[in-house]
Amino acid sequence: MAQTLSTLAYLVASVLFIMALRGLSNPETSRQGNLYGMVGMGIAIAATLLKPGMGAGGIVLVLAGLAIGGTIGTLLAQRIQMTSLPQLVAAFHSLVGMAAVFVAAAAFYSPESFGIGYAGNIKAASLVEMSLGLAIGAITFSGSVIAFAKLDGRMSGSPILFKGQHMLNAALGALLLVLVIAFVATGSPILFWLIALLSFALGFLLIIPIGGADMPVVVSMLNSYSGWAAAGIGFTIGNLLLIVTGALVGASGAILSYIMCKGMNRSIINVLLGGFGSDSGAAAGPGAGTADRAPVKAGSPEDAAYIMKNAQKIIIVPGYGMAVAQAQQVVREMADLLKKEGAEISYAIHPVAGRMPGHMNVLLAEANVPYDEVHELEEINAEFADADVAYVIGANDVTNPAAKTDKTSAIYGMPILDVERAKTVFFVKRGMASGYAGVDNELFFRPNTMMLFGDAKKVTQQIVQSLQK
Amino acid sequence: MNPQQIAVEAASISDRAALLAEHARQLAETAAPIAAAAEPFLLLLTIFLMACFVGYYVVWNVTPALHSPLMGVTNAISSVIVVGAILATGLADSWAAKAFGFIAVTLASVNIFGGFMVTRRMLAMFKKKGS
Repeated sequence: MAQTLSTLAYLVASVLFIMALRGLSNPETSRQGNLYGMVGMGIAIAATLLKPGMGAGGIVLVLAGLAIGGTIGTLLAQRIQMTSLPQLVAAFHSLVGMAAVFVAAAAFYSPESFGIGYAGNIKAASLVEMSLGLAIGAITFSGSVIAFAKLDGRMSGSPILFKGQHMLNAALGALLLVLVIAFVATGSPILFWLIALLSFALGFLLIIPIGGADMPVVVSMLNSYSGWAAAGIGFTIGNLLLIVTGALVGASGAILSYIMCKGMNRSIINVLLGGFGSDSGAAAGPGAGTADRAPVKAGSPEDAAYIMKNAQKIIIVPGYGMAVAQAQQVVREMADLLKKEGAEISYAIHPVAGRMPGHMNVLLAEANVPYDEVHELEEINAEFADADVAYVIGANDVTNPAAKTDKTSAIYGMPILDVERAKTVFFVKRGMASGYAGVDNELFFRPNTMMLFGDAKKVTQQIVQSLQK
Repeated sequence: MNPQQIAVEAASISDRAALLAEHARQLAETAAPIAAAAEPFLLLLTIFLMACFVGYYVVWNVTPALHSPLMGVTNAISSVIVVGAILATGLADSWAAKAFGFIAVTLASVNIFGGFMVTRRMLAMFKKKGS
């Protein structure tokens, strides 16, 4: 295929990718959007395979790689549980990073295939772009491996901190810069691999101080990096499609990181410096600091069922704890029974519910909760005032009014769901432990709050049983 | 002014014009290789920045409910890096480059297929009330 034709094909693919993202503005158009993305990718691959100079041997090799990788990818995508989605995405990011490293290496050892010079005599500008793509790709790889290990529980979610950590990272960053400059000046293969090694180490060191609960930000950030890595490679080999797609993905990941940070009222710097939170979040002992307060009111599932049976408007507030207990299905059953009793049910989702952006929406959709019953914080917050019941399951910090009133609180300024304004608030919790921010929730002690102690799934099941009576 | 004077003036003006033209030609000659080197990069940079803006506006329009599928899709499309990998596998003479290309094709394919498939699975679950 002539050069012009393949460039044209890449242009079509870029437009299709933009349309794929555009489709996600609404669940109804999203499925078609995904299809556009697939078609775009198909066109890009076909156009590349049809370029002049592609030997039969090369094409066979490429098809073999596509078949092997495609089979593995399809199997992974079909088998993964939706609760493990964040791990899968982190693992996928690491692969993009590694692919970027290998493409950079291929361009370094065979620059003539990409028209950027000859082995040992590559254009300086291309070397700059190559080292950028290489470094970002390598950081994406090792950073994503750590994020995967933390999310998958293969490694403790608690932050790993040591003295002089940030100084070490800054020094390594400066060293990386020096290596890049030397590499551009000399084009030495040893420096190429040193840049790769140093970037691997840097990616690893950048992510280990970040706590398990901050992983939503990290996953979004690595999503962004994988885009910038693709764009860097695009500049290296002068490919328009890689540049456009890299920019789209980079922007997308950056926006998601911003949304996640805003949902926690933390700056990205604060998240990156790390040291916040642990994996389980039950750091504070049960009942800590409760001595001088009114006793909490604990209720039985039967009490809750009775109150909800007579309620008109019920808002369910699910948190990650619900997903851990695998309670989403039974929550939906409870909602169905209450709808039969004439109640209006909606779900309120905090931006940082779940372990990646939008995770909770997927988990609820999987349990057959219609998406038009699920609302974001800004949409639903005003409605708590008219609600008879707020059913908080597996969430804590995101409902804590201290975020609005207590300037000394670790979560001060974080947007919260105003469950306190509902007539009755149910908290389904295992015990009195505080959330991952380690802050007491004064809501537990309010007269309109009833605590339902126990496993999220079991408690909800018992409510379902009493509703069926 | 007599015709002779006018002729002299005209001659000197034309001389100066010729000189200027010669200067311009020399400038253009020195500038050409620089422009040729800078132009493709500037063009790519322009495309890159424009695409950043497009991405910014399109992604803010994505409904928050679909942020997980958004990550799935962006994951899949960022593997368009496979284009570079295919070029390396198919065009490179060096066996090292061919091998790197092949590994990159395989890794990126896991992502392409995995990313689009998992997104499809997610999106299939989003249903409206009563449907």
